Amino acid sequence: MAEPETQAPATDPRLERRKRIVLGVSRAWAWVFLLSLIVFFTISVYARTDGDVFFLNLRNIQSILNTIVPVLLLGLGQTFVIISGGIDLSVGWVMGLSSVVSAKSTLLLVDAGIGAYPAIFIGFGIALAAASSVGLISGIIIAKLRVPSFIVTLGMAFVARGAALMISNGRTIGGLPQELRELGNESLLYWQHGEGGGPSFLVKPDLAGEALRSMDRLFSWPVVVTAITVAIAVFLLHKTQFGRHTFAIGGNREASVRAGVPADRQTIMIFTLSAFSAGLAGILYTARFTGGSSIAGEPLLLNSIAAVIIGGVSMYGGRGNVMGTVIGALIIAILVTGLIMLQVDPFLQFIIIGVVVIMAVLIDQARDLVAGRAESQ
Amino acid sequence: MSEEQGTTMSSEPILSVRNLVKRFGGLTAVNDVSLDIYPGEVVGLVGDNGAGKSTLIKCVSGVYHPDGGHIFFEGKEVRFSVPIEAREAGIETIYQDLALAGNLDVSANIFLGREMKNRYLGGAIRTLDEKQMLSESSGILDRLGIHIPQMRKEIEKLSGGQRQAVAIARAIYWNARMMIMDEPTNNLGVPEQRKVMELIKTLKSQGVPVIFISHTLPDVFAATDRIVIMHRGRKVAEMPSSSTNTTEVVEYMVGAREQGVEGAAA
Repeated sequence: MAEPETQAPATDPRLERRKRIVLGVSRAWAWVFLLSLIVFFTISVYARTDGDVFFLNLRNIQSILNTIVPVLLLGLGQTFVIISGGIDLSVGWVMGLSSVVSAKSTLLLVDAGIGAYPAIFIGFGIALAAASSVGLISGIIIAKLRVPSFIVTLGMAFVARGAALMISNGRTIGGLPQELRELGNESLLYWQHGEGGGPSFLVKPDLAGEALRSMDRLFSWPVVVTAITVAIAVFLLHKTQFGRHTFAIGGNREASVRAGVPADRQTIMIFTLSAFSAGLAGILYTARFTGGSSIAGEPLLLNSIAAVIIGGVSMYGGRGNVMGTVIGALIIAILVTGLIMLQVDPFLQFIIIGVVVIMAVLIDQARDLVAGRAESQ
Repeated sequence: MSEEQGTTMSSEPILSVRNLVKRFGGLTAVNDVSLDIYPGEVVGLVGDNGAGKSTLIKCVSGVYHPDGGHIFFEGKEVRFSVPIEAREAGIETIYQDLALAGNLDVSANIFLGREMKNRYLGGAIRTLDEKQMLSESSGILDRLGIHIPQMRKEIEKLSGGQRQAVAIARAIYWNARMMIMDEPTNNLGVPEQRKVMELIKTLKSQGVPVIFISHTLPDVFAATDRIVIMHRGRKVAEMPSSSTNTTEVVEYMVGAREQGVEGAAA
């Protein structure tokens, strides 16, 4: 029978070692960068406030987590889409559409005499359905009519934008029940300061005035929902057939079809999933701000794509992971929070994010070059 | 010789193509082609670029839908609407471009589209059974005498021969009743080409017929029992490999000769 396959000829061990170092750095650089950012901001915030403020205090962590929620939710769907070889430019406006649809439906239901909680949750359901249907339509056009996802989702972004603006008349939808505000802002863990202070799990301490204002809320419900969504996304992408097929069609769609992967159905499901997670971002926005806003997600689209790229998802498709996107979103959120605390020009964040995005891709390419894979892209 | 073969071969062809036609707009890519494949034989399908070899094969493997004619597999008429149906019937195709997903590892490729799963909560939650797929993959590679040290590596990082071996192993694992190989020795180094030829012999010895498509005539002569030659969509000749030579085959390939009656050696 056949001899054992021969491997590439043995190479210079020094070269091999250098190769391993480059590969190691390229794999861990996002973590290292994240940690360096934290260390940098901790020291400089400490120095600037003469030792008064610790960068990662509870309030800041809470603010960072809240900042992450929408970026990450948009980024999670985007992670699947980009790994599968596409891109979804509609997520920002789908989030806005979801936000106004949930607000408007809840308002109408409450007006019709339905209780606050049922009205809120039915509103959520309608919003998620509306958002998902945008993704479903995109997915069908992309898969069945073979229009590039870039074009289809660009078009659907305008459609969602128009629909959201029409539903809301271009205004923020307010007057929503108080229960919604609680869902969006109350949390899993409270931390009371001062005398007799300490943590309180699930039960909100009965406080007023200054004590209430100084109380920290950690893991608000939107953060909890997002954490669960991250866990589901990790499971879906890395442990199931759905995830395997997402990688497969991004790596070689034609081969996947020949191997029996239902690629069209997979594409449709991925775009529906992306729109669903954007819809989730929309309803959480409505809950957090007790109002529906059509422009809620518009500024977040590019942030979410940046988070995905920083997290190491290849824009060519076929490579990436969910935790990378989480780190990408964390890097952006910490950058934003840190720059605000240092009172430097907040617009500097955009320049830094831009540089980091390009750096991420350069590091990726260096890895491809070292791994001898550059030509196969 | 061809009569002798007719008697020694088992009487029923495993694949029988009858008067197959495939058109692309005004172009007739496959024109009234009939072909029989018997168990345990290796048939070379040769022809110049655009002769219709690949189109014919894609009709048999369910990639294209023929515009006319019939395909019988194991005695029954078949009409594959998608490639997976052909694979499920037992027709495995190894394509020129290998049809592997380069970003996935060996076992992910072997099980692509037919992943093994762990079931939880009565099948409501299903996860990939990576362990089982890995051990099954190692098993089939061992059976074919193929050694791949880095099973978890992305396949695009393996050598061309290793990838070819994975493609063949995948086909064998899924119980191929017949194997179609489209230019399997292309882009391979000489030792790896030899390995592929050995794998073809292994398949033959296990009774799996192989349709071997190639431009490399020495390989075709070395591996096949019979050679079928196509020119401009038509089958122009069919003869035992042992009773012909390169010059004659090339003459047929370029259209300088044509057999008057199909199946009768010139």
